[in-house]
Amino acid sequence: MTRDLLEKQRVDQGLRSRRSPILGGALVTMNTPDRLVESGPVGDSAAVAFFVDRLSAWFGQLQAISDVNLQIPSTAVTAIIGPSGCGKSTFLRCLNRMHELVRGARLEGEIRLFGEDIYAPQVDATVVRRRVGMVFQKSNPFPTMTIAENVTVGLRLNGIRQRAVLEERMEKALQMAALWEEVKDRLDKPGMSLSGGQQQRLCIARALAVQPDVLLMDEPASALDPIATMKIEELIQKLKKTYTIVIVTHNMQQAARCSDHTAFFYLGRLIELDTTEKIFTNPSNKQTEDYVTGRFG
Amino acid sequence: MNMQVSFAYHRWRKLKSLIMSIISLLCAGLVIAPLGLVLVYLIKAGAGAVDWNFFTQLPKPVGESGGGMANAIVGTLVLLGLASLMGVPIGVLGGVYLSEYGRERVNWWIRFGADILNGVPSIVWGIVAYALVVVPMKGFSAYAGGVALGFMMIPLIMRTTEEVLLLVPNGYREAALALGISRWKVIVRIVMKTAFKGIVTGVLLAGARIAGETAPLLFTAFGNRFWSHHLKDPIAALPLQIFTYAISPYDDWHRQAWAGALVLILLVLAINIGVRVLTRERFSGAGR
Repeated sequence: MTRDLLEKQRVDQGLRSRRSPILGGALVTMNTPDRLVESGPVGDSAAVAFFVDRLSAWFGQLQAISDVNLQIPSTAVTAIIGPSGCGKSTFLRCLNRMHELVRGARLEGEIRLFGEDIYAPQVDATVVRRRVGMVFQKSNPFPTMTIAENVTVGLRLNGIRQRAVLEERMEKALQMAALWEEVKDRLDKPGMSLSGGQQQRLCIARALAVQPDVLLMDEPASALDPIATMKIEELIQKLKKTYTIVIVTHNMQQAARCSDHTAFFYLGRLIELDTTEKIFTNPSNKQTEDYVTGRFG
Repeated sequence: MNMQVSFAYHRWRKLKSLIMSIISLLCAGLVIAPLGLVLVYLIKAGAGAVDWNFFTQLPKPVGESGGGMANAIVGTLVLLGLASLMGVPIGVLGGVYLSEYGRERVNWWIRFGADILNGVPSIVWGIVAYALVVVPMKGFSAYAGGVALGFMMIPLIMRTTEEVLLLVPNGYREAALALGISRWKVIVRIVMKTAFKGIVTGVLLAGARIAGETAPLLFTAFGNRFWSHHLKDPIAALPLQIFTYAISPYDDWHRQAWAGALVLILLVLAINIGVRVLTRERFSGAGR
């Protein structure tokens, strides 16, 4: 990321704070860059992975996200929490252009990934998705493929054929996903032969193998038992050194345990975004406080 | 008192249940009885005439005994092949469109059309192929027979392909798209690969369905008592040969007609058993 891009983003942010009087209320105050700088480790020096400006998203007539402004810092874990139907998964799917795959879905606003507008007309959605990997709630290794094939599928179907490259990337991805030791002797067994937790780590390895900049995780551990969940969370801690991670979770303990920043969504709006510590100990917004203390949701 | 009423009532209920069970068992028996009867009768009447010659020799002229239906067996396989060349790609790609691309309203019309086509009497397909192929080519041909049968395969294959593709969980499509794989590669390499056995099953069932069709071939493939040397020539087919022999006045031909019917039904049975084997593996193997 170049200096000019950072500069440009600061300008963008300046523009946005000037707009804030029209948007009004606590919502905008929470989002201003000053606030983030003041309250957390995200200083001027930290790079912004996603810069989201006035994002609104719809499914047909139904508005799922209303006017969300936020920034997601790079090489850190940002958790998105909120009650069911608050738009957190939709928001996540806007970040890698998966939202548009739903029939009748559309969106407005701007999302910049390291300064580049991912919804610009000349940008190909498949290229965006290669840079922004995704892990789903339900582990979904491809049933027709072996463990090794599952990891390399993103590379192979994008035209990489050299065996050596594929094998190297596969081993690296499996090691990053903390699965290598468990599967290195049975790489040619079906991906579906693994346990639930291993399947989810296989899906993480599959996403990592295409070498994305960002990893989106949509409730990656909600279908797993506590031990498998712990492994996924440890993995997230390890991965955040090199990757930007955005994780949607229903589990507030999980958000508190493994994220650096937490965004609270409610009814399609961003209510508050701050350091995880602040959100869970001293939130600025009453709704956030009610939610994290379990009074609703 | 109360107990006795309820006891009598229970007995009546159990009796009713027994009667209904027997009736449904009888109906189930009636459903499979024809299959059993046909098979037994065909084996009795036809097995005698099924010998090595039946599979290797051409039909003998009237008056000479012996001979076989080698040309008709090969002809049926050729016609199945030609029909598949036309019906499989169009049917499968149509099913892919319905499942992966089509808009709901367009899909409704396509499905409606396919269901109507499935119900079109098979002789009508013969007329269509006659008008489209026989008239312009000025003659009956294997091509014309293949086209008539191909038309019949298209809606069958299209609907089964659509159904098995829709069975593939959406999570696989999303997972693949999220890896930055392009849409058509996701469809061909992930979705169709996952549903491959189902698609093959649909194709085989459509093949079994048209293998015994006679009417569409009457004025397209036409039949041939000798080997066809070119696909532009009329070609023999088992159902046609059976038809011709069955309405002939000769006992020897009647026997051969029975034998032909037996071979045809065994062919269809073999395809169906193949399908069973395929689907059984599908349900026990891949899981989910």
